[in-house]
Amino acid sequence: MKYIKAFLVFCYDFVIGDDWRMALGVVLGLGLTAVLAHNQHAAWWVLPLFVFVVLVISLRRARKKAAPKA
Amino acid sequence: MTTNTHALALVASTFLASTVETVEAVTIVLAVGVTRGWRSAVMGIFAALALLAVLVAAIGPALVAIPISALRLIIGGLLLIFGLQWLRKAILRASGLKEIHDEVAIFAREAAAARANAPTDPKAFDAYAFTLSFKGVFLEGLEVAFIVLTFGAAAGAVTAGGLSAITLAALSALVAVVIVVIIGFAVRGPLARVPENTLKFIVGIMLTSFGMFWGAEGAGVSWPGNDAALLGLVGGTAVVSLVCVGVLKQRPVAEKSEVPA
Repeated sequence: MKYIKAFLVFCYDFVIGDDWRMALGVVLGLGLTAVLAHNQHAAWWVLPLFVFVVLVISLRRARKKAAPKA
Repeated sequence: MTTNTHALALVASTFLASTVETVEAVTIVLAVGVTRGWRSAVMGIFAALALLAVLVAAIGPALVAIPISALRLIIGGLLLIFGLQWLRKAILRASGLKEIHDEVAIFAREAAAARANAPTDPKAFDAYAFTLSFKGVFLEGLEVAFIVLTFGAAAGAVTAGGLSAITLAALSALVAVVIVVIIGFAVRGPLARVPENTLKFIVGIMLTSFGMFWGAEGAGVSWPGNDAALLGLVGGTAVVSLVCVGVLKQRPVAEKSEVPA
């Protein structure tokens, strides 16, 4: 059990890393892209938009975290 | 974008990513080998390579068996999440919000730790050197294997010079590993001249762009301009990343925190 848990923690750190919100944003972006594409809508712009938005949000959070506490 | 350009982008991405990861592994192995002797360190390298080979042999054929659209959706998504991690760290490093990856400092730290735990009998098996060397090679090698397998599998029909995408990705990774290992052992010290942070920035942009391209294709999207859209994604990602670096640099953290004392 200990090894399985350690392996899962390793997988999480390896793929998802410091900010799980970015991973969630990617999954949501891919989901919305799939729904739009399968309903015959132009969906190519959805994923890049999601990716750039989640990246900016994540960087803002990292910057706030780095700010010294008064 | 032609298939040849697509193949070139694939080769460049896997080569650069493998260079960066090999530099990190070589730094650890050299620090251990130089300070504690090579016998156990080399055993650690071979044990890690053997485990990596088993993993690749197990996962590789399974990937080929999955239909290409499902594969691109899953692998594109994974590559995108993985690439965004790299890109986020690279942007934070470039803007001064995260410590720059310094091979000289890492080499010095690893060497000092290795000396502090020096074995009493130099002929005996050195578990410390073995473990450190094994971990360094396995963890960095796993990233190389992940990138090669995902790129090779998702690129599908991309070929160049009669070689399949997976062969191209594996060969470019192998060339990067061989070059870095030769230089590392010739120098016998940290590879400080490799512009590692810049390479990581470029690789982050490439992984994110390929991830978006394949992920969206797997979700059923037809890109405007087909493969040429990949160029647009690379350019767009680079511009957004550089703008982020510029904005983060312009607004230093200390100036922003205008909280009354």
